[in-house]
Amino acid sequence: MFTKLFKASKTSFVILNVLYLSLLLGGALYALKTFSSYMDIYEKAILLSSVGFFSWLGWNWNHFKKIIILVFALSLFAIQLYSGVLTNNEQVFLLKYLLSSQSAIMWMNVFFVLALVLYWLGLLAKNKLLDDIASSFTSIAILFGFTGLLVRWYESYLIGLDIGHIPISNLYEVFILFCLITSLLYLFYEEKFNTKKLGAFVLIVINAAVGFILWYTFDRHADGVQPLVPALQSYWMKIHVPANFIGYGAFSIAAMVSIAYLLSAKKILASYLPKLAVLDDLIYKSIAIGFIFFTVATILGAIWAAEAWGGYWSWDPKETWALIVWLNYAAWLHYRIVKGLRGTVLAWWALIGLIITTFAFLGVNMFLSGLHSYGEL
Amino acid sequence: MSFAISMLVFLGIASIIGTILKQNEPYENYIIKFGQFWFVFFEKIGLYDVYQSIWFLTILLFLVISTTLCVTKNSPIIFKDFLLFKDSLEEKSLLSFTHHLVLKNRKKVSLSRVIDYLKQEKFKVREKSKDNGDILIVAKKGDFQRLGYIFTHVGVVVICLGGLLDGNLFFKAQELLGYKKIETLDIPASKVLEVSRLRITNPSFRANMTLAEGSSDNVAFVRKKDGYLVQDLPFKITLKDFRIEHYSTGMPKSFESDLIISDPELSQDIATTITVNHPFTYKGISIYQSDFQDGGTNLDVKLWNLLNSSGSQKINAKIFEKIKLDKDQLTYEFNDFRKFNILNLKEGVKEKPRNVGPSVTYKIRNNSGQAREYISYQLAMLIDDRPFFISGMRETPQEEFKYLKIPADKNGSIAEFISFKEALQNKILIEMVAKKMTNRSVKSDNNSSVKQSFEDSVNKIMTLFVEGGFSNIAQNIDNNIPTNEKEKAVQAYLKIIDIASIELYKNYFNLSDKEIDQSAIRFIQESLNAYSDMFLFGSPYYFELTNYEQKEASGLQLTKSPGQFWVYLGSLSLVLGIFSMIYLHERKLWLLIKAKGGAIIAVSSNRKNIDFELDYRKVSQAIKKIIQ
Ligand code: HEM
Repeated sequence: MFTKLFKASKTSFVILNVLYLSLLLGGALYALKTFSSYMDIYEKAILLSSVGFFSWLGWNWNHFKKIIILVFALSLFAIQLYSGVLTNNEQVFLLKYLLSSQSAIMWMNVFFVLALVLYWLGLLAKNKLLDDIASSFTSIAILFGFTGLLVRWYESYLIGLDIGHIPISNLYEVFILFCLITSLLYLFYEEKFNTKKLGAFVLIVINAAVGFILWYTFDRHADGVQPLVPALQSYWMKIHVPANFIGYGAFSIAAMVSIAYLLSAKKILASYLPKLAVLDDLIYKSIAIGFIFFTVATILGAIWAAEAWGGYWSWDPKETWALIVWLNYAAWLHYRIVKGLRGTVLAWWALIGLIITTFAFLGVNMFLSGLHSYGEL
Repeated sequence: MSFAISMLVFLGIASIIGTILKQNEPYENYIIKFGQFWFVFFEKIGLYDVYQSIWFLTILLFLVISTTLCVTKNSPIIFKDFLLFKDSLEEKSLLSFTHHLVLKNRKKVSLSRVIDYLKQEKFKVREKSKDNGDILIVAKKGDFQRLGYIFTHVGVVVICLGGLLDGNLFFKAQELLGYKKIETLDIPASKVLEVSRLRITNPSFRANMTLAEGSSDNVAFVRKKDGYLVQDLPFKITLKDFRIEHYSTGMPKSFESDLIISDPELSQDIATTITVNHPFTYKGISIYQSDFQDGGTNLDVKLWNLLNSSGSQKINAKIFEKIKLDKDQLTYEFNDFRKFNILNLKEGVKEKPRNVGPSVTYKIRNNSGQAREYISYQLAMLIDDRPFFISGMRETPQEEFKYLKIPADKNGSIAEFISFKEALQNKILIEMVAKKMTNRSVKSDNNSSVKQSFEDSVNKIMTLFVEGGFSNIAQNIDNNIPTNEKEKAVQAYLKIIDIASIELYKNYFNLSDKEIDQSAIRFIQESLNAYSDMFLFGSPYYFELTNYEQKEASGLQLTKSPGQFWVYLGSLSLVLGIFSMIYLHERKLWLLIKAKGGAIIAVSSNRKNIDFELDYRKVSQAIKKIIQ
């Protein structure tokens, strides 16, 4: 009986992997074949390396693989429904209410809000079932979010061949990216540390971003697709921006876990939350991963700047604030590793780190002017 | 160490200054902002170019030095550790490890099983027999983690040094020693003296040049403080053509310059096209598309006299040139021409901005030197669905433009307004209209004194309006009418102006009553408003752009940056270093198999964290299982 089950799960495992890989490879080859005349050598390299990156992620993390397969399926389905006609998003029922990018993103918002509520109920009621539902809702939100972004990518080309571009080029789009990356990263830790108790905290920052998306959509009507200004027409954008957001997401998680740590250290909710040592370790791990990606992102930004502005470093406010964020976390890591500092001080510091990061991400756009051409509020 | 960390924090805080205060602005802006006293003070402490100031560079230098010292101190230890298996440890020292396990008894197993297990766990293993018959197994893994430390910190140092190479330390030294001087006068590049020129051999620079279409040059300008330096180039650049493409929404889609590079060392010129994000590099100098401006567009202009009926005069102007109208002692200075203007005309309403066509900005300076700034749009714009010709005026650059809106006629031209204006300014016509109105309004033809006074009032009110617009009327009412009747007087005056103007319009253009429809009445009212606003316009002329021949100029940036390679190399080293430091886990393990029976397992790592605890438990339990 056991061996049978084992065998079954093994075959399904193999099937899943084969399906996943063939989807990734098939998609990339199709894109290469169809659009190769639109891509330069760098873009092809990026496409192929992203196949590598996603396979690696999927290989190491089964849950991610499942989400990606579903995202592929849903997006292809939506594209099928569009069949090349943009106005179908008003005509076709499933598009209008479920899969057009704006609807899908609204569903993402809804599920993130629900997940936050359920995570808190689960935490306070110490109820595992509620935790599990909250976690699934987070996955569903991610599913909708990625589908929404992919469909938006497609829609942008329907608006105009010269307008189409990857949907990570204005504040509306990158906020969605932020929600997705942060929640994915969180789900990864959830599985690795085997605790769903921290969702209640991490989902707070995600819901803050959801609030921003809603405000931006309904008050500012800034959710439309805008064509790219010349400075943004670069393949570097495709890696610089996501890398940055992995950094931002990881730093946010560190700050949220720090809140849990500080409460727990004051004996508030302590019996509901994982042990302090686990929280402490999680804060370190998120900052470490954030630091790597943020370093890479800043370097990519410099390489891009060298190409767009004629210098790898111009002390533009956004650049400079990226440096400030980076120096801050470098100092944090040194205190922890070299001086062996642990606990409350570092948790406070990680929390303040998020304030600095948020300023670098949003404040600079709002209060300072510079060369960075997107994200004016 | 604390010193180094403080440097990190300090550098961060210092960096903030330059993001709050806009850097490298023209000095006048700072004087306006801070006043003379603070301006000089801030200049002294280098706040206008923080990142090149001595104190900022000093912090950076300290960071480089302390990191270098840190690396030189730690590297030998790390290298030794990397190469060495510490196989001389005695039982006593193993027992002093925080993580060790003492096994009292053990099976008689061959050691190869333990070694196989360790190898399977990716350990590198050494085995040593001691004199007393004990066997010590030394194993380690993840030792690249320690090398990561070197990669990271050497990376930081290399990046900083690369950056310094491209910075302006070299120039600063020359300036201090008096070899170089910043030029502050606005003179042609060829007249700039040797002390303010940078040679072709200058190893690193970031300079700008502006080329009009069809022109060429072999010097660029480096902006510094309140002046500039001239950078000689080893080749000549010609701008053949500059193009802007637009999306259907009107947003710019691409900026492109067709360049020809002529190098005396080459038998043939190089033709190339650069766009944003796609520079061209030749002889170590990269040429970037950085901005664009007008390159001296030719303009055909009609100046319509607004204040009297002397018609118009034609002038041929060119952007960046001046024209003096001797008659009025006014000088026109033409500053900019734009072929496209993307505006959102409906304020507060969410509407797609659209292209409203060409515009010219210019200044009008009177003979006492005062100037007002103007912007004139060539084409009529629809405002609330009515077409207007728009010109803006402001007294200082800080202000918003105030607009004069002249209604366009049915043919989309300014002609009808001009005619109507001239009718208004024609005294005889006004008197005739006044008479007509009087005859119509005052029925009793016997009461001639009433008639006369009505006619006089119409004449007076119209004259007031013609000579100074609505504000003149308001002033007159303020001065002559008691407060409690003002409201009524305003109504009456306005009504008279309205009726008289309609009458005037009808007569002047020979129209029947039927032809004065709703749209004609609106045109008249709009004309009256425009007429009244003329008096606030500050210029006696309406500026009509009749034709133009556009000439654009491309803004190029030229960069020579020998440090770039080192910065990139340092970055690579930094990333590899951080990655190995964070993701490789260094583990060392000793297993002492004692000849007398029993064994000791000791494990160490340079990071004592949860992962290490887990690893320790796993490995030690596994070994215990094998040998006990
Ligand atoms: C801009 C300057 C610096 C940067 C960006 C930097 C970066 C880093 C990073 C990323 C780590 C690894 C943290 C981790 O493993 O999670 C680290 C560790 C370390 N840094 Fe720095 N560092 C800098 C300057 C310095 C200086 C000046 C010193 C010494 C005075 C120093 C000493 C150390 C030491 C001893 C470690 C720990 C090595 C280990 O135990 O493996 N660092 N640094």
